[in-house]
Amino acid sequence: MKRRDFVGLTGLATGALFVPSIPGFGEGLAVDPLRLLDAADDPALKKRLADAALNAAKAAGATYTDVRIGRYLNQGVFTREKQVQNIVSSESYGAGVRVIANGTWGFAATNIVTEAGMAKAAQLAVQIAKANSVVQKEKVQLAPQQGFGEVSWKAPIQQNAFMVPIKDKVDLLLNANAKALENGASFVNSVLFQVNEQKYFASTDGSYIDQDIHRIWPTFGVTAIDRASGKFRSRQALSAPMGLGYEYLTPKAADKIAGPAGSDVVGYRNSYDMLEDIVRATKQVKEKLTAKSVVPGKYDLVLDPHHLGLTIHESVGHPLELDRVLGYEANYAGTSFATLDWKAKGAPYGSRQVNIVADKLQPGSLGAVGYDDEGVKTKEWDLIKEGKLVDYQKIRDQAHIVGQKESDGCCYSQSWQDVQFQRMPNVSLRPSATKMSVDDLVKGVEKGIYIAGNGSFSIDQQRYNSQFGGQVFYAIEKGKIAGMLEDVAYQTNTLEFWNSCAGSCDASDYRFAGFFNDGKGQPSQSSAVSHGSATTRFNGVNVINTARKI
Amino acid sequence: MAILSQDEAQAILKKVLSFSKADECEATLNGETGGNVRSARNSISTSGAVDNVNLTVESRFGKRSGVATCNEFDDATLRRCVQRAEEIARLAPESPEYMPLLGPQQYAAAPQSFAKSTAGITPDYRAQQVGASMKICDEKKLSSAAFLNDEAGFVAKRNSKGLEAYQQLTNLEFSITVRTPDGTGSGYATADFNDSSKFDAAALTRIAADKAAMSRNAKALEPGKYTVILEPAALVANTDASLLQALMSALDARNADEGRSFLSKKGGGNKKGEKLFDERVTIYSDPTMVDVASLTFSGDGRPQKKTTWIEKGVVKNLYTSRFWAQKAGIPDLPRPSGWVMEGGTQSLQDMIKGTAKGILVTRLWYIRPVDPQTLLYTGLTRDGTFYIENGKIKHPVKNFRFNESPIIMLNNLEAIGKPVRVGGNLVPPLKIRDFTFTSLSDAV
Repeated sequence: MKRRDFVGLTGLATGALFVPSIPGFGEGLAVDPLRLLDAADDPALKKRLADAALNAAKAAGATYTDVRIGRYLNQGVFTREKQVQNIVSSESYGAGVRVIANGTWGFAATNIVTEAGMAKAAQLAVQIAKANSVVQKEKVQLAPQQGFGEVSWKAPIQQNAFMVPIKDKVDLLLNANAKALENGASFVNSVLFQVNEQKYFASTDGSYIDQDIHRIWPTFGVTAIDRASGKFRSRQALSAPMGLGYEYLTPKAADKIAGPAGSDVVGYRNSYDMLEDIVRATKQVKEKLTAKSVVPGKYDLVLDPHHLGLTIHESVGHPLELDRVLGYEANYAGTSFATLDWKAKGAPYGSRQVNIVADKLQPGSLGAVGYDDEGVKTKEWDLIKEGKLVDYQKIRDQAHIVGQKESDGCCYSQSWQDVQFQRMPNVSLRPSATKMSVDDLVKGVEKGIYIAGNGSFSIDQQRYNSQFGGQVFYAIEKGKIAGMLEDVAYQTNTLEFWNSCAGSCDASDYRFAGFFNDGKGQPSQSSAVSHGSATTRFNGVNVINTARKI
Repeated sequence: MAILSQDEAQAILKKVLSFSKADECEATLNGETGGNVRSARNSISTSGAVDNVNLTVESRFGKRSGVATCNEFDDATLRRCVQRAEEIARLAPESPEYMPLLGPQQYAAAPQSFAKSTAGITPDYRAQQVGASMKICDEKKLSSAAFLNDEAGFVAKRNSKGLEAYQQLTNLEFSITVRTPDGTGSGYATADFNDSSKFDAAALTRIAADKAAMSRNAKALEPGKYTVILEPAALVANTDASLLQALMSALDARNADEGRSFLSKKGGGNKKGEKLFDERVTIYSDPTMVDVASLTFSGDGRPQKKTTWIEKGVVKNLYTSRFWAQKAGIPDLPRPSGWVMEGGTQSLQDMIKGTAKGILVTRLWYIRPVDPQTLLYTGLTRDGTFYIENGKIKHPVKNFRFNESPIIMLNNLEAIGKPVRVGGNLVPPLKIRDFTFTSLSDAV
């Protein structure tokens, strides 16, 4: 392909800068967008490089070694109103070597991906492990893991987003912005993020795993300003970051799921209609300027999956990370109320309607991979069954602590240069097994609020007390939507909240919310995760009014 | 490799510019070397090391701009990098926000931004510091989780208009959370320095350990409006959003002028020049200050000079891009990399002594915006929250969720203490009346 055809923009685009990086989005070096089309290295070459590290570590005294050779590709297209702000294409390539020596972990990374460079990194990792072993008390115990030999896994995408000419992406975003401005938005930003992780894993267990993972996230923010009153409001996109290719941006009618009658909300499943959503967002953001301010009090909440995904993430996903439970995150992300002792008591986490499952398999989800970053084949497992906590999320060096013999396959590192550790898999609320539409769910609510989209969110370090906002809020009165509300946030306790769960819609309403940048660890690492759910009702939740005078 | 001298760096940059055929060209080298150790349950959990130098080349033809980067510095690679930036620039559309590159600039000297002690840190040093910290917790039968990170780096810049910049930087940060084995007490301490010779992990560990022991068996108080003493780490965090950083981040001229900031005026314009805070509130930035020395130039080459942002409660300046400064006809001030809030002479202990009834807050956590219109934020207290009565810490209290705006908070100022460094800023402890706690948390 000619660079001009691929990289050049149409007359619609003005103001493009090609900048080196955007904080928080990939760590690579800026590259020509065409470079993102280069094929991944040959697995045979990567095997030779990995073996150099495995052998060097063994010779230096390691009892276990794994190697990750990673090529991480990112592209972001950033626009505001009628102009392109930035187009960022970046590539990060290198290798991380993790070893156990003297019963202690050691890790080193290098961007010199040659046999000599790999061997040097392996030796450094062993040196660090030995230095740290002097002050180490508990020896690392790894759950046994079979080697898989030479295998590969590819995300089931239809269209690699990096193959799409940049002008097509810019046109999509600027068209969306134009729709917002035509419909009365004061300002609009739109962005398209795309990620490709080409990861090669090898370990002394005998695995050589080649994987190709894709993610995409189109999003926007529309702002409306009433200059006379000085009031401004915004509404973000109801898209979800997904483990899909560019096909996510070809809207399909079957993927559009309407909210309750009278709400003017449409959610999206496996494809997204950006132009439609931005028109709706613009209409809603103008309405938000004059919407009734909520009267604080107890309400039955009906939460759409885009919103509920974040609540699941914060109040179920995080507290059930075993590293948090055990205290490994005490100095940063925090610990968990759901300790091993708490679990043993058998108190209900939620009502009997609450069935929450962890997985790294669901097609199109951000968590889906064939194998995790320590060579464990991925799976699905129950976390909460009929309201009762049954399991945690764990990796190889944690399984023995809870008396289990295998990892759950949720070890992840954001790049070759960061050490892998336990990260959240997809954590999803199972939909109702019996038929239930969103209108039927709302029908039973006397005094409630329907919330769509995730907004402000905050939760304590042990995951008890949380406060969540949203994108749009609608009053429910006597089983019907009764106009838009503003200044809504709910404050709740995790156990009260999940025990107030009164039921979900069925699988026809099920869809993902997702997050590209879940932060954990020191130095902090990002991970991407999806949360599936159907629209769900929670009874008697405390709603506050967030309006203030300054 | 990571810390190139000024001569070495400028030699590479000169070569880069000599390869340029563009109307304008700017080259920047960034280098960093360092390491980290993380511990939990009184044992080392992970560690890492960084060693990188990157070159960024921006080429411009008229109002078209392209960027390319590389991390090898032989002639052929440098030439390719320049060519790539030029190819991309030729394909870019003209930018309506184009500003010509800056010419030669005068930058202040900030020699204290770099300390040899920090640049010379070894894996053994890290293990010793963290080992000493873990030993204290072992002896006190407490459980600790800590993070030590140090880095040395440099930035060098040169462009075809004659701009030339170079500076070296070092930083060390340490934070520790100490918990009681029964999970009913938790304490925190953190510090950061340019110069690691000022660092003492054991001293910080003792503070966190004392707070953990003191915070056992917290009593619940009703949520509501309380007088609080917010320690510096409760006002600014280097790992999370924070109330004072949120305020400083909101001093953006363009957002204010566009009508989407708490600084926007009804009917248009912004509130620069208005008194929005208590008259004891003065915040400035000065990258040459010994205790918080930082880069004396911004990413686009503008000098970072001493700038007063809020003086005696009045908003004096807003930061801006060069484009917006020209368009709006306002002073061209880059966003500061660190800042100083003026304080008094009172220590934290003095402030506690002078408090009849109040709550001492060690740290605030998971702080997120609720309403940008009022800069309302929510979050929670964490790792050491105590009830003060008649000038003394009476007992620990359960953690609270707050919903509060730094604007309201800085109008309810009772007292300001002596500033200490947090996250590269100088921040005093603040005593605030009517701080709004909206619910209780069971978290410890």
